This record gives sequence, structure tokens and C-alpha cells, in this order.
Amino acid sequence: MSDIVESLQPRFEGLEPRPSADHPSVQCPVKFLLPLIECLRDEFDYSMLMDVTAVDWDKESPRFSTVYHLFSIANCRYIRVVTNCEDDENPSVPSISALFPAADWHERETFDMFGIRFEGHPDLRRILMWDEYPYHPLRKEFPLAGIETELPDAEVAEETDAKMLAAPMMGGPFVSKGGEPMSKSEPRAADESWTEWKKKPSLEKE
Amino acid sequence: METETSQVGYNSKVEGDVIVTRVDAVINWVRKNSVWPMPMGLACCAIELMGVAASRFDISRFGMEVMRFSPRQSDCMIVAGTVTYKMAPVVRRIYDQMADPKWVVAMGACASTGGMYRSYATMQGVDRIIPVDVYVSGCPPRPEALLDAMMKLQSKIEKEPSFKNLGKETVERRTWA
Amino acid sequence: MAETKEISIGDVGARANTYQDELQGEDMAINVGPSHPTTHGVLRLLMHLDGDVITKCDPILGYLHRGDEKIAENMTYNQFVPYTDRLDYIAPLANNVTYALAVEKLAGLEVPPRCAAIRVLVTEMARLSSHLLGIGVYGMDAGAWTPFMYTFTEREKLYSLFEELTGARFTTSYTRIGGVSRDVPDGWLKKVTDFCDQFLPILEETQKLLTRNRIFMDRTEGIGVITKKDALAYGITGPNLRAAGVDLDLRKDRPYLGYEQYDFDVPIGTTGDCYDRYLVRLEEMRQSVRIIRQVIKSFPDGAWYAEDAKKIFAPRKGKVMTSMEELIQNFMIVTEGPRMPAGEVYFEAENPKGILGFFLVSKGGGVPYRMKIRAPSFCNLSILSKIVPGHYLSDITVLLGSLDFVMGECDR
Repeated sequence: MSDIVESLQPRFEGLEPRPSADHPSVQCPVKFLLPLIECLRDEFDYSMLMDVTAVDWDKESPRFSTVYHLFSIANCRYIRVVTNCEDDENPSVPSISALFPAADWHERETFDMFGIRFEGHPDLRRILMWDEYPYHPLRKEFPLAGIETELPDAEVAEETDAKMLAAPMMGGPFVSKGGEPMSKSEPRAADESWTEWKKKPSLEKE
Repeated sequence: METETSQVGYNSKVEGDVIVTRVDAVINWVRKNSVWPMPMGLACCAIELMGVAASRFDISRFGMEVMRFSPRQSDCMIVAGTVTYKMAPVVRRIYDQMADPKWVVAMGACASTGGMYRSYATMQGVDRIIPVDVYVSGCPPRPEALLDAMMKLQSKIEKEPSFKNLGKETVERRTWA
Repeated sequence: MAETKEISIGDVGARANTYQDELQGEDMAINVGPSHPTTHGVLRLLMHLDGDVITKCDPILGYLHRGDEKIAENMTYNQFVPYTDRLDYIAPLANNVTYALAVEKLAGLEVPPRCAAIRVLVTEMARLSSHLLGIGVYGMDAGAWTPFMYTFTEREKLYSLFEELTGARFTTSYTRIGGVSRDVPDGWLKKVTDFCDQFLPILEETQKLLTRNRIFMDRTEGIGVITKKDALAYGITGPNLRAAGVDLDLRKDRPYLGYEQYDFDVPIGTTGDCYDRYLVRLEEMRQSVRIIRQVIKSFPDGAWYAEDAKKIFAPRKGKVMTSMEELIQNFMIVTEGPRMPAGEVYFEAENPKGILGFFLVSKGGGVPYRMKIRAPSFCNLSILSKIVPGHYLSDITVLLGSLDFVMGECDR
């Protein structure tokens, strides 16, 4: 498993193995991304690009990492390549769509969801949200319910007075975070239970 | 002969081969028995809609198997599936292109209220953008539930005045919480 | 006396020739969808046409983007199972199984053999259901209504079986992390065997309507050819890839759930056109029936969930109501989620539409930190801008039908 990483390390400096539950995984500096992927494709026979995505590490720096999964049909094995984007405010990474045309749409989706620019991409525009949508939904500061904006079509918005509204969350999502007393971490408990932090309103008060 | 709705008065001794009824009753009878749906099949409910049109839960019994995908030729838009904000203007445009009289059935939880997708991209109910006549609950609703909804729609059509708003432009303004 | 006048008309063919040089048309931009009967869901195609021939095709997705990946960051692992149903909503059980396997890989959990057999059985039945719909709707797109009716009748029989097993016709939410939600009911396996026995003759009857049908063959042969190189470059998987001639089936190449003990063939196509994709799907159905028969014959006894995974699979209700430890575990699993170790995992499985992959990043706890769903239909559709130009507008229906994609998983 790690022999691939070991044989690659002398050729690309800064390559580090990454802890992973399953497949061999490498942490690659940005400047070696394109040569590394090309080397994996040509010499190690990783013929298919399965997935390109990104992770937002929120408060850590570097904030964004792009993750690539490559698959070798001849050897039936995967490898994961992770690259940190240099800039936290305007993250960008070279595009591998020249090496694997499959990356085209995956990179567009990553741009749409995270705002990571892929340099050298032939047509970088949004794919899942409409082109004028102002936010990047999968960033950690973006709320699940969404932020109020205009509908994509101005005519219909005028005709119906409809807007893109934040979804009503009703105290949910109904998952408790660990480590706190239940009355604080259970969303419903905060509404309905009487605890020492929230006293039952007196019956005399009208 | 008195039917349940007392819309037909028929006494063979008096009228012979003629039935006397109200115009509304005849027109509504014709309309309700040949509702041509426009399937706005967006997601999983569309598969149940196709199942309703197939042979086990035959929607043809009700005269509704003519699923015209053209809005100009259909009567009822069955919104089957999640309406996202990107798709909502398209749904509205197609609704606008339908000719009067038209009805809308919001099939499934996603079309009625957004369903289990309480997220940034899902419109919380198609009734935020078009007026809905019948809501069907279920995720997805069983085909029998959809047929029940179409029957409710039929009984709603039966009671409507058939020449409402003729020649007037109705301006629909919705307010919601 | 009538006067005769001589008029010269000339050769009609020659006139057409001169016109062809003089005609200068512009490209016509046409918009197909998103609400269109042949787009199999909400897919929009912006195309430029030169006469009747397409010169450029730009698919626009996202009309069914519901925010699944963001939702996943706020749901426990078990709470997300219903969302996986609605990814590929034609074969929901296959997605349930793939998701459960991905999370179990993160936990390092192996399910017992009976649970693995149930999951294989259910995945293959979902594959039957998906290919039946694929072929039925494909025939309908090409103009044949009868195969649609036949295949939907078979699917209704499958739905009855699913309903008896899981409680729901098709959005089943059957698997849990560490097992399945309930065991196989008595007599159900016999019903599945009966279904398989009567299914193959009906499949033969259905395919007789299409396979050697002159019209169908004319419409599908030579259309939408995907070469091996293109298929690999664009990340196509599943029957589309196998029809192009690449032998990749994760059930054989990287077996999971005990697929290595079952004996089945993988059909590989030769030309990679629409007709080949149809034939591959047809043959895959027969192989699925073979697998189902073998699973039932060798169906193991034992536990249908991972009994030793105390912090992951909720204990039986009898114990929960009487024993303190089980009560606490049940409470923690339901409110906070099954406790997963921190780490990253990427698991792929062979779904009916292609290879479905889940990339999970966990920082511990019961809720994933990041979940990426690698949807087969998303990757399969990316080849449209390459193969569509050069075809006629009327070939679009056949092409889209042959790719057999689902917008639910494409847009997530």
C-alpha cells in the first residue's frame, strides 16, 4: 500500500503519506499536483479519475483541501491525493481537466459548492446552482437553511412575489451534539423542558 | 331520476329521450371525467406517477391516461417531486402556459411542503409559486393515494362554477408566512 | 387554337445542388427541457443545430439539487439513510447498501454472513428493478409502449416483495449501520424464488419486442458510440462502460459482501453504441437472476446485524426496556448517532447505474464532517457534450435513454 507513496516521495519533494482508513493517500503540495497526477496516470496506470471534491476545514489553516480519487483498472486499486489550497480567502488550485476530461464537471461542482477556482479550467462556471447565485453552499459558515436571495428568473419573481427564502428549521436539525448536558444539546429540550436554567413561567402571570 | 347531486332531472314519462340538467353539471361532468394531466415529474414521485399510469393502478379508468407533456393541451399539472429554487421559475412558466380551467395537484411531501429537504436549495412547497388544489401526502404517495387525490379533484371540479372568471384577468397574489 | 409555350424547368436535382451552395443558414439554438418527456428527469440541453444536425450540446444540471451533502453534515449516520434512497430513486435498496458499507468501512466493521447475503439479494433485486425501468422507458422513448407496460408489471411484483421485506414499495431505507432494519420474513425467500421462475420467460417475451425489432435497431445501432478511450477519460462506469468494451465490474474486481462466492458473468459490449448498452442491460438482468438463485440456495443462518458493535447498532428493544446499559446505548445512538472513529474513507460499489462512491470524512462522533457522493449519473452525463454533436435531433431521445441516468443522484 504505502510502497507507491514511498516510490513517489523522492521524485516530488514535500509529498507526505496521509492517514487513511482504506486506500493509500498522499498529501501533495500545490506545485506538484499536475506532475504527480500525470505520473500516476502514465507510469502507475491509474487510468480513471473517479472523483474530485474538496473539504472545508473551517477554523484551521489551510482552510480548503481538494481531494482526488484515482482508480487503476489493471491493478484494481485506488489512491487518494489531497492538496491544500494556498489562499484561505480566494482558494485556487490548478485544474487537471487537461489530463482527465472527467475532472471538468467535478471541478465545476467544487467551484460551485466551495468557491475554489481551478486555474486552466476551460469553462469554470456553476453547475448545480444557477450562475448568479451569490454564495458557496458547502462552506461551513453557510447555514443549512440558506440565505434569502432572489429567484433566478426576474420575471417570475415579479409575477409571484416569491423569493428564495431560508427554510424553516423548527429547532432542528434533530441531532444532539455530544459533551453538553442534554437540556442544552437537545434542540427540543431547549423549547419545552423546565430546567434550572429555564424556569417554568408562573401561573399567576397573565 | 334523481342522482346524488340532483343535477339531472329525468322522468321518462315526461321527457322521453331527453335529459334536462344544468349547464354547469354537464360541463363539469365532462371536465372531471377527462382530466388530462401534465406530469411535472421531477423526482422519485415521478416513478410512482408512472406506476399509476401503468397497468396495475390504471389511471386510464378515470380518463386520465393522456399524459400530454405539452402544457397547452393539459388540464391538471401534477407536480411530482422536489421543486428546487432553480426549477421553480420553470414550473411557474409552464403553469402560466396552461389553458384555463387548470388545476394543480401537489404530489408528495416535497411538492406540498418541501418534504424532508429542509435546505437552502429546496422550495418549501410548490404552493409558494403556483396555487395548489389538492395536496397528496406520502414520500412517495402510494399510487392508490394519488388516485384518491384525483378523485378528490374530480369532486372539487364537480362543484365549481364552470364559467368563472370568463373574460376577466385574475391577478393572483400570494402571501405566506 | 391553343398556344403552346415552352417553359424550362431544368433538372430538379441540379437545382437542389445549386441551392445547397447558396443557402446560408445560421445555427439554431434549441433548448430541450428541463421539463421534457425524454429527458428522464430534469435535465436541460442547450443545443446548436445546423439544419437537423446538432453541432454543440451543453447539458445544464442542477434542477434537482436539494443540498444532500450539506444535509449530511447535520444528520447522524442512520438519519441519512432515507436521503440515500432518493439518490438513485429507481433502485433505492442498492444505494442503502452502498452507504451502509461505506460507513461500516469507516468503523472497520464486518457484517455477519446472513446480513451480507440479505444485502446482496436486495441489491440484485434492485438491479433488476432498475434495468427493467431502463429498458421499458427506453422502448417508450423509441416509440414502443408495450415493453413499458410489461416491465412495469414485473416491477410491481418486485415492489410487492420489497414492501413485504422493508415496509415500503420503493423508498425503503432498509439498511442501518451495522446491519439491516429487520430480518427476512418467513416465506419471503420462497416468494422471491417464485418471482425469478416466472420472470425469465416474461423477460424473453419483452425483449422479443425490441431486440430484433427493425425500427428499434435502426434507431439505436451506430448511435451514440462511446469509445473505450472516451469512456475511461470521462469517468463513465457501469453498463455504459462495459458496453464500450472495458471489463470493469466492482463485484468481480473488488468484491464486497461476499460476491466472490457467487458464480455470474459480466456482459461486455463491442461497439459501444446505444444498441450495445441495451443488450448489456438485458444480459445483466439474466445474470442478476442467477445471483439471486444462488444467494437463496446458500442463504446462511445467524445474526442479521453486527451483534458485537454495541456503540453502532442499536440493541434489541427487549433488552433496551429492561437493561440499563442497553438503554444508554440506544439513547446515545439515536440522539447523537453511532459513534464513528475519526478518519477518511472512500468506498465504491457497483450500482445498477454505475459506480456509486461515498467519500466520508469523520472527526469522531455521530455526524459526518463531510460527505461526498460520487454519483454515477453525474459522470455518465459529462460525456454528452462529446458524443451528441454530429447526431440528429431525433437521436437525442434514444441517446439519453441508453445512458440510463437519474437526475436525483446526478444533482443530489
